[in-house]
Amino acid sequence: MAANPVLKGGLRMLSAFASSGLAERYGVEDQARELVERAAKLGVDLLARGGAKKAPRDPAAPKVRFDLTPTESQELLRSTMRRFGEEVLREAADEADVAMRPPAEVIEMAGEIGLVELAVPEALGGAAEERSPITTALLAEELGYGDMALGAALLAPVSVAHLALDHGTEAQQKDLLGRLTAEPFVPASAALLEPRPLFDPRKPATKAKKIGGEYRLRGEKSMVILGQSARFFLVSAMVDKDARLFVVERDRDGLTIEPEPTMGLRGANLCRLRLRDVEVPASAMLGEAESFDHQRVVDLGRVAWGALAVGQARATLDYVKTYCNERVAFGEPITNRQAVAFMIADIAIELEGMRLLVWRAAARAERGKSFTREAHLARVQCAAMSMKIGTDGVQLLGGSGFIREHPLERWYRHGRGVAVMEGGLSA
Amino acid sequence: MIHLEIPGKLKPLVELASAVAAGYFRPISRKYDREEHTYPKELDLLQAAFSGLQGSGGLQGAGAAASTKKTERADGEIVNGGNMSTVLGITELAWGDVGLLLTMPGQGLGNAAIAAVANEDQRRRFGDKWAAMAITEPGAGSDSAAIRTTARLEGDEWVINGEKIYVTCGERADVIVVWASVDPSRGRSAIKSFLVEQGTPGMKLERLDKKMGIRASDTAVLAFSDCRIPRANLLGSEEIASASKGFAGVMKTFDNTRPMVAGMAIGVARAALERLRELLAGAEIRPRYGGSIHAGQHAEIEVLRMEAELEAARLLTLKAAWMADNRIPNSLEASMSKAKAARVGNAITLKAVELAGALGYGEDELLEKWARDSKILDIFEGTQQIQMLIIARRLLGKRSSELR
Repeated sequence: MAANPVLKGGLRMLSAFASSGLAERYGVEDQARELVERAAKLGVDLLARGGAKKAPRDPAAPKVRFDLTPTESQELLRSTMRRFGEEVLREAADEADVAMRPPAEVIEMAGEIGLVELAVPEALGGAAEERSPITTALLAEELGYGDMALGAALLAPVSVAHLALDHGTEAQQKDLLGRLTAEPFVPASAALLEPRPLFDPRKPATKAKKIGGEYRLRGEKSMVILGQSARFFLVSAMVDKDARLFVVERDRDGLTIEPEPTMGLRGANLCRLRLRDVEVPASAMLGEAESFDHQRVVDLGRVAWGALAVGQARATLDYVKTYCNERVAFGEPITNRQAVAFMIADIAIELEGMRLLVWRAAARAERGKSFTREAHLARVQCAAMSMKIGTDGVQLLGGSGFIREHPLERWYRHGRGVAVMEGGLSA
Repeated sequence: MIHLEIPGKLKPLVELASAVAAGYFRPISRKYDREEHTYPKELDLLQAAFSGLQGSGGLQGAGAAASTKKTERADGEIVNGGNMSTVLGITELAWGDVGLLLTMPGQGLGNAAIAAVANEDQRRRFGDKWAAMAITEPGAGSDSAAIRTTARLEGDEWVINGEKIYVTCGERADVIVVWASVDPSRGRSAIKSFLVEQGTPGMKLERLDKKMGIRASDTAVLAFSDCRIPRANLLGSEEIASASKGFAGVMKTFDNTRPMVAGMAIGVARAALERLRELLAGAEIRPRYGGSIHAGQHAEIEVLRMEAELEAARLLTLKAAWMADNRIPNSLEASMSKAKAARVGNAITLKAVELAGALGYGEDELLEKWARDSKILDIFEGTQQIQMLIIARRLLGKRSSELR
């Protein structure tokens, strides 16, 4: 925080006065001290009053405090999702990893729980009390605790609903959210990432050219979640100098979709989208030029991926705690050794740091404050630490960490994805 | 409701501490780094200012003594109180100068112990005094249960014998809180702390240590030979608890002081990072948010990495303080914040010197000083390794006999 210039100047003078020894020499130390005491009191009063003047408090507004307690309804959702993550996603993760797509019954169950409805406000046919990135982050952590790939798969259509809510026109919201909440449930997915090193999500190489009343899209999108089952995609493309999102139906001419095998996150059914002069109506461009905020799309994507990564980190901590406490070597549990125990302590520390960074970004987004910086920092930290935790998790299990019988090798492969993935999700 | 911003209520305090750091500490920072062992007389005036503030209730404690202050609150209501304001105040002041902060009159570590465990009478006699803490001995550092200083009861007096080192403010403080065993055969449960006033016969200042950093702060070696103090100067209960209750009680002080040290590390690291950014801007390197986290110059990426690390440490520290304010047990989080912030603080200050090159290494800038100052923060109040032991034991349910 910048120091108050008046106060700072006064303090500098005071410091110079004290350094000079003048007070001492003239025997006025006591008076000087008294003066300082009075001035300090005055300074604080002024500061307090100045602060009050700047921001007259709305008596109806809730007091804004530093707080880490979820609301009751968030807590309820969290415990429900915790069980779903543990019992359904964790169990299905290996099969999904092999099949390179989520099992149909997992998607069905998510439909039954009404994951998408939870994101859509009541007025638009859903069940959400409000649009809350914090709630999404809490939910994503529990999904990630089950499995990051399946968590991403389940979060992808929810994210499309978020994007429609945040940016879509009234007509688009009605159309897109209606399709997402219709029976039977068919997912949708956002496509930002492109197959290029040092990809900057703000500047996709995919281009949208206006030709008459239509836009013609050309480019390539990488690692699009649920590519084979999504009914439509939100594809980012440059329109002149601005990145925008376009609703692209899967059966459009010129669009090809192919599975894209990857190191990890295979259960999310990642696909490559090739757009060769795909034509969409002008109404397919999400939102309006004045209000569309592509940076927000990027930033909330970072929050969502970070939250999934927090969940996986917590899963790793729980797993290695149990395994290493039970594993005996040289006549005692290996956790009696500092080399092992300290590695686990580090996982706990970094995990908590990741979570707080993600929460801060989400909470700022929720209150309508700028959060590009916070989302960036959360992404930087989650990218680095989820891989550190991933590799330490395998190391702690030794050979067992390397074989598929335990989930650590999968989490290691997922973990690298956190640094790679951009977009596709939105908190 | 989850929200991780500094509450408006505490902003005047942060602003004031920030002004003191910038206007009062920074101008004399280099001077007392060079003039080690010279008392920074400017601090006397500052003390006057602080007592003025505390009197007006305007400054909810920026020092050790405030850390254990109880916060009033309605049932179930979340508060941001004394622990958080202390951590925030300390962070700002440490941004100015850690060494000067450590030698602020009346804000010694002993004051935290007094605030935590003193009885009415002791509070009256010592509450306003500047109190240092003497724990470490030549043969006992992290293993504070191994201290060999003894206190023997003779009539109405305790007789203290032994040697203490690394006593911060050991020369300047009015009173020293001395750790000693009342019965060396009974291990840690017999360790008590005693209030020894400056000038008590039998307590002698042996020497002041010369140090790599925090040179504005005096670090004393104190010798005790048949040093007699009143029986009533024992802090806490005289009884030797059967288990290690008494010792644990003393160690509890650290749950409050560890986030404070974390705050110091955050302050000095932020100072280094801010200055580094200014210097890099002169070289046309300006880290930006929102784009790829991987693309850009090495220095740019490093700065953002450091910023993320610092932010993680800062939020961990605020969490530990928030828990204390809301009476949620926070031993684990206090140690986590100290471990993370101290190592991050050291890494950032060192990296800033590295990236600033000759400018960073030279004495024209304060970067090299901060890199020297920050190292102690990963050592005192429990080293990095001790924090890791505490964290690991708690996480894994280990006794200290199992995970040693």
